[in-house]
Amino acid sequence: MSEGQEVRAAFRRKSAELAVAALFFALGVVVITDSVRLGTGWQEVHGPRPGYFPFYIGLILCVASLVNAGRALLLRDADNKAFVEVGQLKLVLSVLVPTMLYAVLVTWIGIYASSVLFIAFFMRWLGKYDWWKVVGVSLGTAVVIYLVFEKWFKVPLPKGPLENLLGLG
Amino acid sequence: MEEIQSLMHGFSVALSPTNIALMFVGVILGVIIGVLPGLGGANGVAILLPLTFGMAQTPGGATSAIILLSCIYWGALFGGAITSILFNIPGEPWSVATTFDGYPMAQQGKAGQALTAAFTSSFVGAFLAVVMITFLSPVVAKFALAFGPPEFFAVYLLTFSAFVGTSKEPPFKTLASMMLGFALAAVGLDTVTGTLRLTFGSTHLLTGFDFLVAVIGLFGIGEILLTLEEGLAFRGAKAKISARVVLDTWKELPRYWLTSIRSTLVGCFMGIVPGGATPASFMSYGVARRFSPNGNKFGTGQIEGVVAPETAAHAAGTSALLPMITLGVPGSPTAAVLLGGLMIWGLQPGPLLFIEQKDFVWGLIASMYLGNIAGLIVVLTCVPLFAAILRVPFSVIAPIIIVICAIGSFTVKNAIFDVWMMVVFGILGYLFKKLNYPLAPLVLAIVLGDNAESAFRQSMLMSQGQMGILFANPLVGTMTTLALILLFWPLLAWGLARVRRVSA
Repeated sequence: MSEGQEVRAAFRRKSAELAVAALFFALGVVVITDSVRLGTGWQEVHGPRPGYFPFYIGLILCVASLVNAGRALLLRDADNKAFVEVGQLKLVLSVLVPTMLYAVLVTWIGIYASSVLFIAFFMRWLGKYDWWKVVGVSLGTAVVIYLVFEKWFKVPLPKGPLENLLGLG
Repeated sequence: MEEIQSLMHGFSVALSPTNIALMFVGVILGVIIGVLPGLGGANGVAILLPLTFGMAQTPGGATSAIILLSCIYWGALFGGAITSILFNIPGEPWSVATTFDGYPMAQQGKAGQALTAAFTSSFVGAFLAVVMITFLSPVVAKFALAFGPPEFFAVYLLTFSAFVGTSKEPPFKTLASMMLGFALAAVGLDTVTGTLRLTFGSTHLLTGFDFLVAVIGLFGIGEILLTLEEGLAFRGAKAKISARVVLDTWKELPRYWLTSIRSTLVGCFMGIVPGGATPASFMSYGVARRFSPNGNKFGTGQIEGVVAPETAAHAAGTSALLPMITLGVPGSPTAAVLLGGLMIWGLQPGPLLFIEQKDFVWGLIASMYLGNIAGLIVVLTCVPLFAAILRVPFSVIAPIIIVICAIGSFTVKNAIFDVWMMVVFGILGYLFKKLNYPLAPLVLAIVLGDNAESAFRQSMLMSQGQMGILFANPLVGTMTTLALILLFWPLLAWGLARVRRVSA
């Protein structure tokens, strides 16, 4: 799917490189700031203060991200290919956005109900399956998960109002 | 032969009915994990690790738990070959080189031979590596008993410098990725002074970032997002392995004994130094192509082109456990996850393990022999079944994998916050993979960060802040010097290339 000249790039490589390098740099600054607060010097009895090691980690992080950003800026136009094409980005987002919603849903209604909804949504929307298959697979997965985790390994998973209603909470 | 005696004892531990059953369960799960996109050795083990918390508390349970988890690892190593050969999709990064000749063979209708060759050479590579572990690890452990904090810090330094020196990714990206890991490891309670670091008042961060969540997100979710870009359909060759094909292939394989031995050596070496299975498989493929009389035909479906990378990948994957059990320094991300498991079960990895936990260590080593035999049996007999899993459409399998990843992240600490972190790590994993930031140093740094830091701080306490302690005796001095050479290797190589160009 990446063949042909007419693919539209959502982002180019240079911008992606710069964005990630900036993220690394920002994290480095955060680490350095907190290390300075904790003290980066020498302390009697304890040796290096708690901020000593992270301080240098943060410093190297910043330097490395500057070099990476510099290398990205030197990228020739010919090498500045699409980081992700529009079509690819759509596909990726069509999974990523539901996954993020799923993580939020787990907080509210527990893992079982949200997993059923998540799998059902995926199969119906992206896979265009018949409803009976959608219901079968999504409910079936939840039941298998319940049996394996709660019954067999005795690991409690997060539950919500629905499970309480059914008396499983 | 003390080792043989210990090994026999190990077999008596590993050969209990429960442990044999766990071996088969582990291998089958491992192959499934290796076949599925988005699940692999590292995050498969990471997801299942929390389930072993309870198991490891029972007497002898830690041994059963490590047998289960290491067999998942062997299974995943085997499973990667199935997808490479039948579908031209490497299920694992170390099976990329297997696609070069494996997939052409499958297209020519020789999928059975290719699979048999791959599985058999995997087995040979792993087996030779286990033999090496059996005899070398007690020696290394005994040697390492004399290690103090400076020596351990030098080992860590060597490990991490090796990533910079041997990685094919840009050195500063390796460095950035590694430092991110160290920074994440520093979050939470400082083990030496009890101060809170980098938590910024958040209660979620009190206990720090868990590497299991990072592994599940980076390798699991990130991998699924990457797979998506390639589209959703998998089209693969049909596979059938009959006893005839297996026997015919086995008759042919001894011809490539030299390739096997070379690949094993490459694999063992790359596994012990933290190069890992992936570069080992590429390197061994390259070496085989150069030395083989049929070298110019490589890439068109040569059986030797399957033997070389598979042998090396398995040898490397197996020998990555040697530094893990003897020094507490894992040679691969999956070994890092296993190491994390040991720490969670309350075992301190390192040379003392060989004295204090004989049952555990030798049970594990014995299970490596048995687990690989179990693996070979399982894969040779069940290939069609595993190939069928890949034919389940992506829109069904992907959400189920994501749900499993989410449950795996949750069970680490029973925290829903970790499910969100998994998504964040997933996005990072996707970006990093696309931009060639290596993930292995990141994972190893999260796992080893605290240990490396405390080794450093103890060394500094011993020397009252003098860095000279890292060169205080020949042993630690050699390791530190080697580490520095590796660290600056990209710079040296660049300089040498320039000098050569100027003088030429």
